[in-house]
Amino acid sequence: MEPLDQDLAEGELELPSEPMLLNMGPSHPAMHGTVRIVLELSGETIVKSDVQIGYLHRGFEKMCERGTWTQIFPYADRLNYVSPMLNNVGFSLACEKMLGVTVPERCQHYRVILGELARICDHMICSGAMCMELGAFTPFLYFARAREIIWDIFEEETGARVTHSFGRVGGMAKPPTADFKAMIRGGLPRVLQMIGEGEKLILKNRIFLDRVEGVGKISKEDALALGWTGVCLRSTGAAYDVRKSHPYMTYDRYDFDVPIGTQGDNFDRFMCRQDEIRQSVRIIEQAMEMMADEGPINIDDPRIVLPPKNDVYTTIEATIQHFKIVMEGIKIPAGECYSYTEGGNGELGFYLVSDGSGTPYRVRIRPPCFPIVQGLSQLINGRMIADVVPTFGSLNMIGGECDH
Amino acid sequence: MSKKVLDLLKEKFGAAIVETHAQFGDDTAVIAPESWRAAALFLRDDNRLAMNMFTDLCGVDFHRQRAEGQPRFEVVCHLRSLQHAHRIRIKSRVGDEEGEVVEIDSLVPVWRGADWFERETFDLMGITFKGHPDLRRILMYPEFKGHPLRKDYPANKTQPLIPYREGTQDKLFPFREDEGMSFGRQTFDHRNDRGES
Repeated sequence: MEPLDQDLAEGELELPSEPMLLNMGPSHPAMHGTVRIVLELSGETIVKSDVQIGYLHRGFEKMCERGTWTQIFPYADRLNYVSPMLNNVGFSLACEKMLGVTVPERCQHYRVILGELARICDHMICSGAMCMELGAFTPFLYFARAREIIWDIFEEETGARVTHSFGRVGGMAKPPTADFKAMIRGGLPRVLQMIGEGEKLILKNRIFLDRVEGVGKISKEDALALGWTGVCLRSTGAAYDVRKSHPYMTYDRYDFDVPIGTQGDNFDRFMCRQDEIRQSVRIIEQAMEMMADEGPINIDDPRIVLPPKNDVYTTIEATIQHFKIVMEGIKIPAGECYSYTEGGNGELGFYLVSDGSGTPYRVRIRPPCFPIVQGLSQLINGRMIADVVPTFGSLNMIGGECDH
Repeated sequence: MSKKVLDLLKEKFGAAIVETHAQFGDDTAVIAPESWRAAALFLRDDNRLAMNMFTDLCGVDFHRQRAEGQPRFEVVCHLRSLQHAHRIRIKSRVGDEEGEVVEIDSLVPVWRGADWFERETFDLMGITFKGHPDLRRILMYPEFKGHPLRKDYPANKTQPLIPYREGTQDKLFPFREDEGMSFGRQTFDHRNDRGES
């Protein structure tokens, strides 16, 4: 009989494993967004991965070429459906850049406030969903409660909770309501309180920390080369925020900081988002101080802005003006322009080509998610399969934006 | 500041810079396709430029908009420098009117981030990037025929993987002739028709 205490070398103890192909997605309960990852596994370690997107492709850019410039706003809403206001404002700014007009100061502050509210929502939902995918369901509920407060403000202002279509070329669809500032002053402290409570639940949780700290690391150089922007880039230590580097609207007049990370791992991305929520609150508070209670919201140009409904029904000039804008569209000068704003996930760019007519010739959207998801493969290669979920969650992929 | 970028490009490449403009404040250089990758390398590596942030790459189809014999497509790339905070748009004009042979050098060796952007441009616009490591469709499915963002691809054309049911109301054909806002939905199909007659 052979001796039981046979001396085996370290390597022989492990079972030999064959590479295995595993499909994760396109609709996987642990991942948000419709994305498919084809993983080649050796045991539980990922050897190779192929991220496949496009399941939410709706031909957005082709659709834009069929209507008028104003008809793009509802489409822009559905790009990043977590923070539609930022997309609306981004597209308005692109058109206004081509028209060479600037909206009144009151409108700029109004856009900033609404945009920052949307950013808070965006970051909260990303952080909440990330916790939820790691088994911590309660923080998500706290964040969702806080989002309700913000959505109530949006509902009061725009009439819609999710997709507002509220931006217009040359202004906004409606002026602020009478209790706009009061609602924000009442709501924001509660939002911050709930975020604080949600954070307390998670930030000392060993299970959560073990799964995010040091996982999904990326260097600053790699992130730059991949075209990353936004929170994901800032978590690596590169302080690039469009609001600071190329201030648009009135962002140069507010005092706020750009939180950056050091490691570029999941934890840094999570914390950068949480810090940015607090910076957004700072911006909103300052913008509310500066925003006048009276004054025009839209620019005074009958070729761009629709006349008041009362005039449309009573005067022939306004009727014609309304008809021209709705039927022919706003005439945007021929040429090309690239306009960029800080969206929920990073630099949201609109590259517009106009032939001078009321219909866009080409609308190109530079979705911030697209290059970020491109880097996912690099982040998960060589790691365990369980690391895919927190890493993917921390990148905050928004299918509508990534897949156009 | 960005004016300097254009000057440096012109100084280095001379005749390969077809034209430059700064419309709406965006500095643009149109580069001959042969110098596309060389110009990109120069933009990235020269310390005075240091365009290390690859921002965007897309294609624009100027079907029947250009004069006879002029290239049909434009490949448009936006770049930014982290250190100098300047931006530039570089473009190159490629392709024949039929859109059969549309080729340009890939920028993946210069910026890794160009990978998916070039795949997308290949998928939707049908521009082939020479030297791309993995050029396949990204947004559309592999069985898809044609390139949907080209102006001569009809906007209401569908290519379902599973055929539409007939006689039932379960799954209807998405577009009908009389559907939608006829006045708002402008297509470029009628321009194409005019060109043919």
